[in-house]
Amino acid sequence: MSLVKPYLDVPGTTIFDAEQSRKGYHLNQFCMSLMQAANRERFKANERAYLDEWPMTEAQKQAVLARDLNRCISLGGNIYFLAKIGATDGKSFQQMAGSMTGMTEEEYRDMMIHGGRSVEGNRRTGEDGDAQPQHQPQGKAGRSGQKASI
Amino acid sequence: MARITASVYTSHIPAIGAALDLGKTHEPYWQPVFQGYEFSRQWLKDHRPDVIFLVFNDHATAFSLDMIPTFAIGTAAEFKPADEGWGARPVPTVIGHPELASHIAQSVIQQDFDLTIVNKMDVDHGLTVPLSLLCGAQDPVKGAWPCPVIPFAVNVVQYPVPSGQRCFNLGQAIRRAVESFDEDLNVQIWGTGGMSHQLQGPRAGLINKAFDSAFLDQLIADPATLAKKPHIDYVREAGSEGIELVMWLIARGAMADVAGGKPPHVAHRFYHVPASNTAVGHLILENS
Repeated sequence: MSLVKPYLDVPGTTIFDAEQSRKGYHLNQFCMSLMQAANRERFKANERAYLDEWPMTEAQKQAVLARDLNRCISLGGNIYFLAKIGATDGKSFQQMAGSMTGMTEEEYRDMMIHGGRSVEGNRRTGEDGDAQPQHQPQGKAGRSGQKASI
Repeated sequence: MARITASVYTSHIPAIGAALDLGKTHEPYWQPVFQGYEFSRQWLKDHRPDVIFLVFNDHATAFSLDMIPTFAIGTAAEFKPADEGWGARPVPTVIGHPELASHIAQSVIQQDFDLTIVNKMDVDHGLTVPLSLLCGAQDPVKGAWPCPVIPFAVNVVQYPVPSGQRCFNLGQAIRRAVESFDEDLNVQIWGTGGMSHQLQGPRAGLINKAFDSAFLDQLIADPATLAKKPHIDYVREAGSEGIELVMWLIARGAMADVAGGKPPHVAHRFYHVPASNTAVGHLILENS
């Protein structure tokens, strides 16, 4: 009998379950190491060398180097762990969360001030809300991308 | 005997701690948030407990992926504010209550809940931000929290997290444990986290005021039904991190009406959007 995972059809959302946790173990533990000031300094001095001390996959290392948090999450990262990278970079949680939407920092902040993202159209994949795959990236980046493709 | 006199519910957003620590509470962005807690700061002075039992979640701070306890009770004499990557918050050390904590651990485990007993733990914003919100800014050295605090950490980071029902039942077990402690202590139970928010992926920034409002209504009036809400409903409606709200059911389960007493008095209710990525919710319920 297979496990029930009713959360797989929520758009733009990865639930950090036991499988993701297993995939992301070393990636997330690398992030934990950044809670120590001395490790943050060593990481900043030579990111690649620091990452090579961890038995992470090459894809995970590339995602960290690119600060591509969506990719990190798809490879087993969890946002509370990944936040340690943002802290090392001097980023706020709002800047980190916003970076995953494609919006600029200002666009994301404005969305939050105006009440946040609506749940309408964003409950299930197949609907047409702004978090759905067909509407990425969001904000100006998405609009300019659309123009370029026409 | 010890007794639970009130429960407090509040979000524990890290940016609120940063706003307090950096003296930004009067900025237009933050003013409405802190105004919502003015009543509560006076209330806590007027209803000062002997011990606060504080339910929170650790955000990859004390617990890495090396060990993931579902429920962890802090039995130490003190808990230091953690360095979460930005440096430790400049707030006082949290003084524990080892005698009551170990009593609760023993009682609750005997009521079939598997608690992890933690004798060494740094506490992150999940625990210190609620204290700051209700006690105001405190000097890390000269200041102090108003009473001892028992930290109670719940895993809401890695799925599967405990169900609302299990949290609600656990609250009832905690109430029985407190009431079987001989010393005459006034105990408050605080449930923290929430409300609707999502911190990850293209759906980051999700806020659902209708969900939050209904959750508060039902938490007050009909928590037994609310406890049946499945995990997926929180994720879909309140965002992937909105699941933190199950922790509020632990505090609610410890109130007297759940064990056949009178309904609680709603001393205060507050809601505001946004604080950083999140909706802020806050409630104070007093046992009659």
